[in-house]
Amino acid sequence: MDQRTLLFWIIALFTGLSAIAVLVSQNIVRSAVWLLFTLGGTAGVFFLLGADFVAATQLLIYVGGILVLVVFGVMLTAQGPFITMKVGAAEWVIACTVGLLLLGALTVSLPGGFISEPPSAQMTDPARSMNSAALGEVFLGVDSVIPRAKLTGLPGGSKAPDRTPVAYLLPFEIVSVHLLVVLIGAAYLARAKRRRGVLS
Amino acid sequence: MNVIGLDAYLLLGALLFVCGALCMAMKRNAIGVLMGVELVLNGANINFVAFARYNPTFQIEGQVFALFVIVMAAAEAAIALAIVLNFYNNHLTVDVDTAEELKG
Repeated sequence: MDQRTLLFWIIALFTGLSAIAVLVSQNIVRSAVWLLFTLGGTAGVFFLLGADFVAATQLLIYVGGILVLVVFGVMLTAQGPFITMKVGAAEWVIACTVGLLLLGALTVSLPGGFISEPPSAQMTDPARSMNSAALGEVFLGVDSVIPRAKLTGLPGGSKAPDRTPVAYLLPFEIVSVHLLVVLIGAAYLARAKRRRGVLS
Repeated sequence: MNVIGLDAYLLLGALLFVCGALCMAMKRNAIGVLMGVELVLNGANINFVAFARYNPTFQIEGQVFALFVIVMAAAEAAIALAIVLNFYNNHLTVDVDTAEELKG
């Protein structure tokens, strides 16, 4: 077992167990802490997959931003009975059954046949590697960096169509404006209400 | 198993998805439901990035979509927490079972 494999199993076990702990812990504050570990482990998985920029973004936005929001939400609403909300035993049984069935269905539908090392040229050849510079060029609208490989996974016999070169400048702008609008809306929704009859 | 294939990553994503879905269904705290949504989005993200790594055709698309998902998750968390805080201000509870005024 080489180093990469060992590292993957450690991070995967850490992430999966933390995700299960988010589900089973009854205390909402502990759930938030386990969620922190899950998100960090996911960032580790992204690093293992060679997606540096996505992993850094995951750490910055999820762990640094969303989780802080969640913790603030917990602190603002955690009063007495809301910290631990018990769930009945019957609901646990039903949920575990449904969850195991869903996990089994997802497991048997795994594509299989992909048990292979990924094309290693992308990792070793810097010109072809998927680094953040290529990602930035795609977001800037340069469509020449999109790989031109044929589509795979088509039904047998059919000819793979040529791919249209696309870039992601417009979706990037849309998503930026969307985020701005949403944050303004959230600030408006959560503002402090002015009470009637009280001069302020 | 000596070589980590795509299936291992997809299995991890499936585990995160199932945990998140059960979290959404079971938690009575509204913020717990929100945590379930985050778990589901993370599982989907793991799938995106794993496919980007193992299928050279989707080398860029996988990571781009993962980034979009992260931004959407940020927006969704902000709005959902604003709604939860508003609900808490009006009803003094975060139990989703009590939010039944729209029941037909």
